[in-house]
Amino acid sequence: MNNTKIKFSVKNLNIYYGNFLALKDITLDIPERSITAIIGPSGCGKSTFLRALNRMNELLPNVKTEGEVLLDGKNIYSPDVDLVSLRRRVGMVFQRPNPFPKSIFENVAFGLRIQGIKNREQIEEIVELSLRRAALWDEVKNKLHKSALELSGGQQQRLCIARVLAVQPEVILMDEPASALDPIATLRIEDLMRELREEYTIVIVTHNMQQAARVSDFTAFFLTDENRAGMLIEYGNTSEIFTMPKDPRTEGYITGRYG
Amino acid sequence: MVNPRHIFDDELKALRADLLRMGTLAREAVDKSIKALINRDTVLADDVIVGDDVIDKMDLDIEMKCMELIARQQPMARDLRTIGTILKTITDLERIADHAVDIAKIAKILADQPPLKPYIDIPRMCELSLSMLDDALKSFVNEDTELARKMCERDDLVDALYNQVFRELLTYMMEDPKAVVRALYLIFVARFLERVADHATNVGERVVYMVTGVLKELNV
Repeated sequence: MNNTKIKFSVKNLNIYYGNFLALKDITLDIPERSITAIIGPSGCGKSTFLRALNRMNELLPNVKTEGEVLLDGKNIYSPDVDLVSLRRRVGMVFQRPNPFPKSIFENVAFGLRIQGIKNREQIEEIVELSLRRAALWDEVKNKLHKSALELSGGQQQRLCIARVLAVQPEVILMDEPASALDPIATLRIEDLMRELREEYTIVIVTHNMQQAARVSDFTAFFLTDENRAGMLIEYGNTSEIFTMPKDPRTEGYITGRYG
Repeated sequence: MVNPRHIFDDELKALRADLLRMGTLAREAVDKSIKALINRDTVLADDVIVGDDVIDKMDLDIEMKCMELIARQQPMARDLRTIGTILKTITDLERIADHAVDIAKIAKILADQPPLKPYIDIPRMCELSLSMLDDALKSFVNEDTELARKMCERDDLVDALYNQVFRELLTYMMEDPKAVVRALYLIFVARFLERVADHATNVGERVVYMVTGVLKELNV
């Protein structure tokens, strides 16, 4: 993790749902232009952590966040932060592909129209570029005005990635992006992630340890304590986490004997 | 709570037992080959040569089982290191058994030739090398890194004995041209025993890797 610029610096993050402490004292740095995987058993706070990185938890009632999440050195929980701009910089891809019931073109153009871009040529250019980057262009270039819902699950997920890319984010958060896809579609998403990491910082939550091992540069292992609060157990280079983890709890989880 | 990995654990345990059996057979082969040499026992030498097929087959079987476990169980961390250790170790054990065959073949050649000198250093080398192999296997079974490290240090003793044997046999060759062939064969035997100790050292290094995750040479 040396020599690389830190994109996110999370410091002493606590998240409560009502009175329930869901995430306890999380401190970790996420380097830019790399893939960081968050692994751990169900209920360990992986998704809560991911959503804290673009303040998506605030869409849920009764959520309280303590601590700091610095994006390029600036706390995203400061009162002066503009949420729309934050979520443009930090985009998100979800477990189930969720295209809008619109055409393929309009799905990708949606964010641009929200931003008030009206120039048709400019929109067309960005839509094509985003679809190319999401490795979907060749499959859809002749049916851009067909409904996005006609695409396969894997194509829909790549469309959702194109939709995020269109607004030129810096970070892409992915919450189990391949868990609803078949193995080939999964590998295509992973391949795409490796390409996107050249330009973007990617944070992925996954239940699939082999996926974390295949795709990520860094891996963080979360586990719950005796009060079911999620905590960070170990964080490091993916190759080290999967060959010689330091904490016996990490060892137990990744070898399938614990958690 | 039931261990969710019990099927994998059972298979890995069986694999470790297979490795130990293979190691024991390789050890016996070396021991017999030196006995065949010293006692001019060609029957025992043939026994070693024929028995090598069993060890070769175990080598392939264990390798296939390791590949299958990797493919089907996706081992991680220590499990992965254990399988990696087994994969590397079977090659060392297979080579040790091959050296036993090499020695057995020389035993057959020398059986009907007059002795050059009494066997003193070669049996000592054999004893030392095999004690290293014993400790290498024991350190694997008990996951004892301390034993593995101490065992590797003894490789220097074997090397020293080999150099001694080499120099002594060189003198025999210089003094009497008729001794050259027999002395050369004995130098080969000493060399094979020295290699057995090197392979035992390799096994010790893997045991340390398996337990600690640190991979480095223990005797350089």
